[in-house]
Amino acid sequence: MTQAESPAKPERLSGAEIVVRLLERQGIRILAGIPGSANLPLYDALLHSKIIHHVLTRHEQGAGFIAQGMARASGQPAVCFATSGPGTTNLLTAIADAKLDSIPVVAITGQVSRNMIGTDAFQEVDTYGLTIPITKHNYLVNSAEELLKVIPNAFRLAASGRPGPVLIDIPKDVQLEQVDVVQWPEPGKADSNPPADGLLLAAAAKMIAESARPILYLGGGVVHSGAAEQARLLAEKANLPTVTTLLALGTLAVDHPLLLGMLGMHGAPCANLSMDESDLLIVVGARFDDRATGKLAEFCPQAKVIHIDIDPAELDKLRASHVAIGGDVGTVLEQLLPLIQSQERPVWQARIQALKTNSPLRLPGLDDPRSPYGLVRAVADCLDENAIIATDVGQHQMWAAQAYPHRRPRRWLTSGGLGTMGFGLPTALGAALAEPENTVACFSGDGSLLMNIQELVTAAQENVNVKVVLMNNSTLGLVHQQQTMFYGERTFAAEFTHVPDFVALAQACGVRAVNLDTAADPRAALAEALTSRGPCLIHCSINVREKVYPIVPPGAPNREMLGT
Amino acid sequence: MQNICSNRTVLELTVNNHPGVMSHVVGLFSRRAYNVEGILCLPVGDGDTSRIWLLVNEDKRLLQMIKQAEKLEDVQKVRRLAADDNLFARLESLIMA
Repeated sequence: MTQAESPAKPERLSGAEIVVRLLERQGIRILAGIPGSANLPLYDALLHSKIIHHVLTRHEQGAGFIAQGMARASGQPAVCFATSGPGTTNLLTAIADAKLDSIPVVAITGQVSRNMIGTDAFQEVDTYGLTIPITKHNYLVNSAEELLKVIPNAFRLAASGRPGPVLIDIPKDVQLEQVDVVQWPEPGKADSNPPADGLLLAAAAKMIAESARPILYLGGGVVHSGAAEQARLLAEKANLPTVTTLLALGTLAVDHPLLLGMLGMHGAPCANLSMDESDLLIVVGARFDDRATGKLAEFCPQAKVIHIDIDPAELDKLRASHVAIGGDVGTVLEQLLPLIQSQERPVWQARIQALKTNSPLRLPGLDDPRSPYGLVRAVADCLDENAIIATDVGQHQMWAAQAYPHRRPRRWLTSGGLGTMGFGLPTALGAALAEPENTVACFSGDGSLLMNIQELVTAAQENVNVKVVLMNNSTLGLVHQQQTMFYGERTFAAEFTHVPDFVALAQACGVRAVNLDTAADPRAALAEALTSRGPCLIHCSINVREKVYPIVPPGAPNREMLGT
Repeated sequence: MQNICSNRTVLELTVNNHPGVMSHVVGLFSRRAYNVEGILCLPVGDGDTSRIWLLVNEDKRLLQMIKQAEKLEDVQKVRRLAADDNLFARLESLIMA
C-alpha cells in the first residue's frame, strides 16, 4: 500500500482510526506506549490493527527509549504513545535525548478535548509548549482531517535532513471525530538531498592535498547518513588518520590501521595528541561537542577546518571553518572522493605511529573478566559483529566505549548529547524488538539501571534477547570519580548506603540472573548467559576505586589528560 | 536622547500563521537569554502566512540566531533589515507623539 489510492467510496473513520491506518501505511509494525484517559480512542483503534504489535511499558520514558532503540538500530522513524499530562511529562526526557542525538522518533500524545484545553482540566498539561525546545517540530492537531497531512509530514520531518523527534498532540475529541476519507496520502519519507557546491568541494580537496598533518574527525552524522563506507574510502584514499566521537564509534572498524580511536574527555591519548598537532581537521557530521573538544579555545590550535554537516546551523557555530559544506555527508563524500589525490605523507604517518606506540589507550585488566575492561572484552568475545551494544550513562559507558571492539555503525547505542541515565535498558529493548534475530547487550551501572528498572518486567513480557551487563560499584561512579579527583576527595551523595539485591530483583521481575561474583568460572557463566536466548541480567561487582582514564579535567584542553 | 533602535537590528520573519508560531520563534531567543526588545506581527495576504518583526540587540550571536530561525519548520524566510529604517522607529514616534 505505498501508492496513493482512491477507494470506490469514502470511508467513514474516526481520527484515531485514521492515525492507526496512517501508521500502518508508514510501515510501523511495533510501537510502545501506555494508555490513559486522553488517548483511549487511539488504543481502541489500535486494538483492531492486525499488523502493529503494541508493547505495553511500565513507564512512558521506557516507551520513548524503546522507540529510540528501534530508530537507532534501524535508522527508520519509530513511534511511541503516551496519554496527556503525566504520560507526556514522563516522555520528555526520552524526547530531549532524541533531539540531542538526532534520532527520528514520532511521539503521539493524547490531549484533553479541545473545549477543555486551557481550563486546567484533569491531566492537562501544555504539551505543545513543553515540547517546543526539545523537538525538531511539534503539532497540536485541530481536526481529524488535519491528521491526513500531519502524520505523513511528521514522519517526513523526523527522517529528513538532520533527523530528530517530532511530537503530535491529539485532543481526545479529535481522536473521536468522524470524517470521510476519500484518498490516503503517500507515506512521509525523507526528502532527497541536494548535491553540494562544486567550488566548495574543489576547495576542500585542495586543502586536503596541501595539508601536511590532516585528521579526519567523524561524528554521529556519519551513522545517520549511512556514510561509513564513504568515510572509510576517503580516509584510505587521502591517507587520513581518523578519530571518531562517542556516537560515531563503529563507523571505522576498530582494527583499521588509520583509526586512532575516540577523541575527547575519555578518548585515546594518541587521538587527542594527534589532533593537537594537526594542521587540518576534516570534520564530518560532528558538532564540536564540549565533551569531545575540551577547552574549545585550545582545541586543535594549529588546524584549519573543513566542516561537512547537513545542518547549516552547525557550521561555524562553535569553531570557524575555512571551508564549510552544508549537505548530507554521504552525498558530499561521494562527490568529494573523485577529487581526492592519493597521498603518502610519510613524516605525518611516522609521527602518528609514534603517538600510537607511545600514547596508546591503556586498558588494564583485560584478562580479568571481573574487572571493568576485562568484562567488556569478555562480553565482546561471546558476541558476533551483528550484536548490538546499548549502554547507560557513567563509568561503564566510557569503559564500554573504550574497550568494546566496535566494527560497524548502528551497533552502538549510547546517549551522547543528553547523557541520560536510564537510557540503556529500554533502548536495548527497542533494538531487540527491531532485530529479534540479534543479541543486544546493555552495559549498565547500578545508578543508571535503577532509573528505568521497571522495564525489566517489559523485557520478561516481550521475552526479548537483551542481556543487561550490570557493573555494580554501589556508587554513582563518575560522580564519585570527579569528586575524588577534582573536589578534594570530598565524596558526597555518590555512594549508595542502600543497594538492592539486583539478582533477586531481576528474578522478581521475571528475568533470569547470573552473578559473576559467585560464579566458579565467570567466563563460562558469561558465555552461557549471552548465548542462550531471552532476557538475562549479568551481575558483576566492580571496585569503587576503579576509574575511567584518561580524563581531561573539566575546562582543560584535551592535551592535558590525567591517568594516561 | 537615544532612539530605541540604536545598536539594534530588525529581523523580518515570514511564517506560517497558526497559534504556535510565536512561541517557536521567541523560544529561540529566550532559551539563549537573548532579549527581544520589540515584536510586531501581522497577517499577510489571505492570512495563511504572517510576518513577524523582531527588534533585537546587535550581538555576536545574531548570525547564529538567524540560522536557528531558518531551521524552524514554520519559518519560510528570514531577512535582516537595515537598522535606520524600520517599523519600530516609526512606532516609537507614534506612541511618543
